[in-house]
Amino acid sequence: MSSYHIQGTTGDWEVVIGLEVHAQVVSKSKLFSGAAASFGAEPNTQVSLVDAAMPGMLPVPNAECIRQAVRTGLAINAQINRWSRFDRKNYFYADLPQGYQISQLYHPLVGEGHLDIEADEKAGIASDKRIGVERIHVEQDAGKLMHDQHPTRSYVDLNRSGVALMEIVSRPDMASPAEAGAYLRKLRAILRYVGSCDGNMEEGSMRADVNVSVRRPGDPLGTRTETKNVNSVRFVMQAIEHEANRQVDVIESGGKIVQETRLFNPDTGTTRSMRSKEDAHDYRYFPDPDLLPLELTEAFVADCLASLPELPDAKRTRYVETLGISAYNAAVLTAEVETARWFEALLAEGAEAKQAANWVMSELFGALNRLGASIENCPVTPAQAAELLTLVTDGTLSGSLAKQVFEKMLETGDAAGVIVEREGLKQTSDTGAIEAVIAEILEKNPGQLEQYRSGKEALFGFFVGQTMKAMAGKANPQVVNDLLKKALS
Amino acid sequence: MSVDHITVRKIASLARIAMTDAEVEAMAPELNNILGWIEQLGEVDTAAVEPMTAVIPNTLRLRDDAVTDGNVRDAVLKNAPQAEHGFFAVPKVIE
Repeated sequence: MSSYHIQGTTGDWEVVIGLEVHAQVVSKSKLFSGAAASFGAEPNTQVSLVDAAMPGMLPVPNAECIRQAVRTGLAINAQINRWSRFDRKNYFYADLPQGYQISQLYHPLVGEGHLDIEADEKAGIASDKRIGVERIHVEQDAGKLMHDQHPTRSYVDLNRSGVALMEIVSRPDMASPAEAGAYLRKLRAILRYVGSCDGNMEEGSMRADVNVSVRRPGDPLGTRTETKNVNSVRFVMQAIEHEANRQVDVIESGGKIVQETRLFNPDTGTTRSMRSKEDAHDYRYFPDPDLLPLELTEAFVADCLASLPELPDAKRTRYVETLGISAYNAAVLTAEVETARWFEALLAEGAEAKQAANWVMSELFGALNRLGASIENCPVTPAQAAELLTLVTDGTLSGSLAKQVFEKMLETGDAAGVIVEREGLKQTSDTGAIEAVIAEILEKNPGQLEQYRSGKEALFGFFVGQTMKAMAGKANPQVVNDLLKKALS
Repeated sequence: MSVDHITVRKIASLARIAMTDAEVEAMAPELNNILGWIEQLGEVDTAAVEPMTAVIPNTLRLRDDAVTDGNVRDAVLKNAPQAEHGFFAVPKVIE
């Protein structure tokens, strides 16, 4: 159970959250036309006469968009409806040339499914939790309006008009901003693993409508509000926090929550009413007479299933159970599909799993952080990293030498082996050389030697440090330890 | 169900169709006549009949995902009452 409550002046309140996520489907062309669906082209160049809703134009669905929505449904364990249908959602707005959006109200492509979020004590999620997904339907995106280019006109770009969206509707199963955040992150990870949506929230290829209501513990559901088009995980969490507190304030001061659409302001973290016209929600849905029902064959669904990659939950479990990686490392390494791909390429190059996991988590992530780079444009390849790790395993490099070599790899782009040779960074286990250095150090530090011999054993570390320093970090630490013990006894 | 003048005006407004009082006056009984016929159809028991979606057996055809269209900006903007810099220009609409 969630421990998240809003503390009002009259007692505690629970929060009930549902999310409708719009995810742009990855495809070359649009849902019902052959115009390109890519981002960033010159205005109105990726528009066909179908997208511009010229009279007599007929929509023909894109098989890839249907396939991606079915694969997404299968990835969240959802029912795939072999018979679905497109409906018209009628409204007038300048970004919608048809005067209706082709969507699926009555018979969606994907039915009931679910995904799991993990316990996260820090975030206040006490235990693992299953979040229901009510449906996924396929629909057209609208065009884009620009209001700041002209004093009295709005400019309309229809490039996005007709691009395929999946609307993924959750059950009202989340009870805190943290749970909603975890759901969104998990959904985004699944979409990116499946490859059905790039999950890029900044560019708007994934955005959420946030349904929030509050109630006394144990009471039936309260009246909800819907905050539209929130475009980051952090903003979704902020919107919930603000909206839940606002609703508690309204109710406790004797008011009533009105079911309405609200807008989120990212600058202030607050929501405000859109005050739409009252008939805005009278969409007069009806089956689109231009489109026959969509019927899927068993073979089509089976192909979709067979094409699914290993998904984040399964991968995380395998990393822990088969590869012996810690639960925390496994969670981080599988959270983003690019990280998991890079890590598995490193393993394919022969790196040992646990060593590789630790190195990626500390050294590689540390370096990427410093460089402001991401794993997609990582300056070293998995093959180069595997060579470095092999040099540690075979004793050529100590941990600290490996750090130095890695720094040089990042600077120069050279291979680890080349750097070791050129800079003479090889670790030495030459006992003669090490013994000579130790003898010198004991001679130079008679005071410390005296103290050590009279029982101050903590000084052992001092002698290790001096020896390593004298050998420029290149002595094999294990050999130094052994020889020092002998020399000091 | 009976359609009154208020309903006619609401439907007209949702469809963005301007109607004079005289037109509304004439339209209400017309719509009621049509709805009367439709209601008559409701008397037939269709509980065991699948809805018919096409007159001939036919399934929805899907197309391959390929870019085969677009790059016709001039044609797209040709009938626009106003177009500027490659955009449709419409009266400012800000919520």
